[in-house]
Amino acid sequence: MSGRKVKKSLRLTLSYIVLVIMVIGSVYPALWVILGSVRPGKSLYSKSLIPSSFTLEHYRELFTSKSYMFGSWYMNTLKISIISMLIGIVLTLLTSYAVSRFRFRGRQTALSTVLILGMFPGFMSMIAIYLLLKEFHLLDTHLALIIVYAAGAPLGGTFIAKGFLDTIPRSLDEAARIDGASNFTIFTRIILPLSRPMLTYMALTQFVGPWVDFIFAKMVLRSKEKWTVAVGLYDMVSSNTNSNFTLFAAGAVLIALPITILFMFLQRLLVEGLTSGASKG
Amino acid sequence: MDRYRNKATILSLISMGLGQIYNRQFIKGFVYLLIEAYAIIYFSSNLGRSLWGIVTLGDTPRMRVNGKWIDGDHSIFILIQSLITILLLIIFVIIYIMNVRDARKTAEKRENGIQPNSFKQSIRYVLDYKFAQAFLTLPAIGILFFTVMPIIFMVMLAFTNYSAPNHIPPAKLIDWVGFDTFRDLISLKTWSHTFYGVLTWTIIWAVLSTVTTYFGGLLVALLINQKGIKFKGLWRTILIIPYAIPQLISLLVMRNMFNGQFGPVNQYLGYFGFGQLPWLTDPFWAKVTVIVVNMWVGIPVSMILIMGVLTTIPRDMYEAAEVDGASNYQKFRIVTLPMILFTTAPTLIAQFAGNINNFNAIFLLTSGNPVVGDYQYAGATDLLVTWLYKLTLDQNKYNMASAVGIIIFLIIASFSIYNYRRTKSFKEEDMIQ
Repeated sequence: MSGRKVKKSLRLTLSYIVLVIMVIGSVYPALWVILGSVRPGKSLYSKSLIPSSFTLEHYRELFTSKSYMFGSWYMNTLKISIISMLIGIVLTLLTSYAVSRFRFRGRQTALSTVLILGMFPGFMSMIAIYLLLKEFHLLDTHLALIIVYAAGAPLGGTFIAKGFLDTIPRSLDEAARIDGASNFTIFTRIILPLSRPMLTYMALTQFVGPWVDFIFAKMVLRSKEKWTVAVGLYDMVSSNTNSNFTLFAAGAVLIALPITILFMFLQRLLVEGLTSGASKG
Repeated sequence: MDRYRNKATILSLISMGLGQIYNRQFIKGFVYLLIEAYAIIYFSSNLGRSLWGIVTLGDTPRMRVNGKWIDGDHSIFILIQSLITILLLIIFVIIYIMNVRDARKTAEKRENGIQPNSFKQSIRYVLDYKFAQAFLTLPAIGILFFTVMPIIFMVMLAFTNYSAPNHIPPAKLIDWVGFDTFRDLISLKTWSHTFYGVLTWTIIWAVLSTVTTYFGGLLVALLINQKGIKFKGLWRTILIIPYAIPQLISLLVMRNMFNGQFGPVNQYLGYFGFGQLPWLTDPFWAKVTVIVVNMWVGIPVSMILIMGVLTTIPRDMYEAAEVDGASNYQKFRIVTLPMILFTTAPTLIAQFAGNINNFNAIFLLTSGNPVVGDYQYAGATDLLVTWLYKLTLDQNKYNMASAVGIIIFLIIASFSIYNYRRTKSFKEEDMIQ
C-alpha cells in the first residue's frame, strides 16, 4: 500500500515540476518584454532578468520622438479598428442571421462558397485589392483599410456566428411571430439580446484584427503619419532590430497589454467558442 | 385570359420597369427605369472596351514619339476595369431577369383579380418573405468585390506573363500565355527545384507543427486534469497566456530572443558555458526554431480544446474500466485517447490545413530565411504561402505567385472540404432546432 502512495506522490511531484517549467516557459518572454521596456539603455540583453533600475523614458520617447509617431499611429489604429469592427459586426450578423434562420434557394451553395472563399490565401487577392483601391484613388487612406476589413468580416465570422445563432431555439421566434412580430422586430428584440456573448467575441476578434495586421496595412498606407501601430512596430524591428530594443519593447507592451487583458478577461467565452466548435464531430 | 401576363412580360423585356408601370406599380417601375437608364449609359461607353480589353489585354505598348515616351495601354488596369464591368453586367442581367419575373408574376395576379401590391406593400412583402435575401445583399456585394473579384483576377494572372522584368506595365504589355506558367513551375529546373523543396518543407512543417502542438496540449491538459493536482484553474489561466498575446508581438519578440548575436537565448547559453547555436541563421536550426516557437504559441489552444473534451467523457466509462481492473495507462489508452481523438479529429484537420497557410509563424519569425543559394527567391523556412508573398511583393513575379497560390488553394480546399463534409454539423444541421 505504501509503495503505491510513494508512486502517487512521485507522480504528482513530477507533474508539478513539469507544470512549473511550462509556466516559466510561457511567461518568460512576456515578462522579458515588459521588463525590457523599463530597462535603461537600448540593449537587448541583460544578465539579470530584473533590471537594476527602472525608467519610463522609452514610453515617453515613443510619444515624443520625431521618427516614431506612436501617438498618431495609436489613434489611427483605434479609429480604424472601431469603425471597421462596427461595420463588420453588422455585416456578419446580417449574414449569419439570414443563413441560420431562413431556408431559401441556394443557401447551402452560399454557405459552401463562403467556406471555400475563406480558404484562399489572402495575398492572392491582396494585389488585386491594391489595384482596385488604386483605381478608386483610395491608396494611403484609412477608409480603404476600413472598407476592406469590414467587407472581409463576414467571411471569417459567419460560421462561428451561425453556429451560435443555431443554438437559440426557434420556438422563441415562432412565439413572437404568432404575437405579430415582424422579422425585424424578432431580430432586434430577441436575437440581438440573446447573442451578447457571441457579439462580445466577434467584437473582440474584429477589433484585434486591424491591431495586429501589418501586411495589408503596410501595403496600403504609404506615409508614415498614417501608419497603424502594427506597421510601425514591424518597421521598428525589421529596420533596426538590435539598436533600439527597449523602445520596441515599450511599443510591444502598449499594443499587447490591452489585447492580452481583454483576452484573459474573456477567456471563458473563448474556451466555450473553441470547444463548442469542436464537439460537433 | 393571359393577355395581362404576356403584355407585362413583353413590356418588361423591352425595357426594365415598363411591365411594372403597366401593372400600375409606378414607383417600382420608375426605380427600374432609372436603373436601366443608368446601365445603358454605363455599358454603352464601357462594354465594348471591356470585351476588347479582356481578350487583348491592350495592344499599344509604350512608344517613343519625338524623343518622348508616350504611355500605351496599361494591361493590368485594363484587365481590372474589364473584370469590374463584366461583373456589373452580370449583376445587371440578374436584376433584369428579376424585373421580368416580377412583372409577369404581378400580371398573373391581376388576371386572377388580385390588386397589385402598392410600393409600401411590396417593401412589407420583402421584409416578411424575402428577408434573408434582402439581408444578404449588402454582405454579398462586399464579398463579391473584395473577395471574389480579386480571386478571379489573381486566377487570371496565373495565365498571363505578368512578371518582372519583361512584362511589367506601364512600360510593357502583358499577354495571355495559357498554362505556360504552371508548366515552368513544374518542369523548368530552376523553378521546380524551389517548388518541390518548398512544398516538401511546407508539408513537413504542417505535420510537425500540428502534431507537436496537439500532443503538447494533450500532455498539459492531462497533467492539469490529474486527480490530486491543486489550483487547476490557476495553472490553466497562466498557461493560456501565450495564446492571449497577439502573435505579431510574441513572434517579433521571439525573433529578438533567438537572435544569434544579441539574443538572450544564446547569451544565456554562453553564460552557463554552453556553445551558442545559430538559431535563425542555419537552415536546420531555423527549422527547429520555428517548430519550437510554434509549440509555444499553439499548445495553449490544444490545451483548452482537450480540457473541454475531457470534461465531456462520461465517468461511468472509467468506472467500468476500473471494475475490469484497468490500470491508469490502460484507462487512458482505451477510454481517454480514443474519445479525444474522435471528438477533435475535425479540429485537427482544420489545424493542419491552417498550418499549411501559417503565414505569421514563419514570416514574423524568420521571414523565410536563411536564404538557400539554389532556390528561386526562397529561404529554408519559407512555406509556399510566404514564398508567394516574396514572389509578389519583392520580385513582382505575379504570374508565378498566382500559380503557386492556386496550388496552395487546391491543397487546402481539398482537406477542408473533406473535413467539412464529414462533420455532423453540416449533415445534420437542423437537428438542434
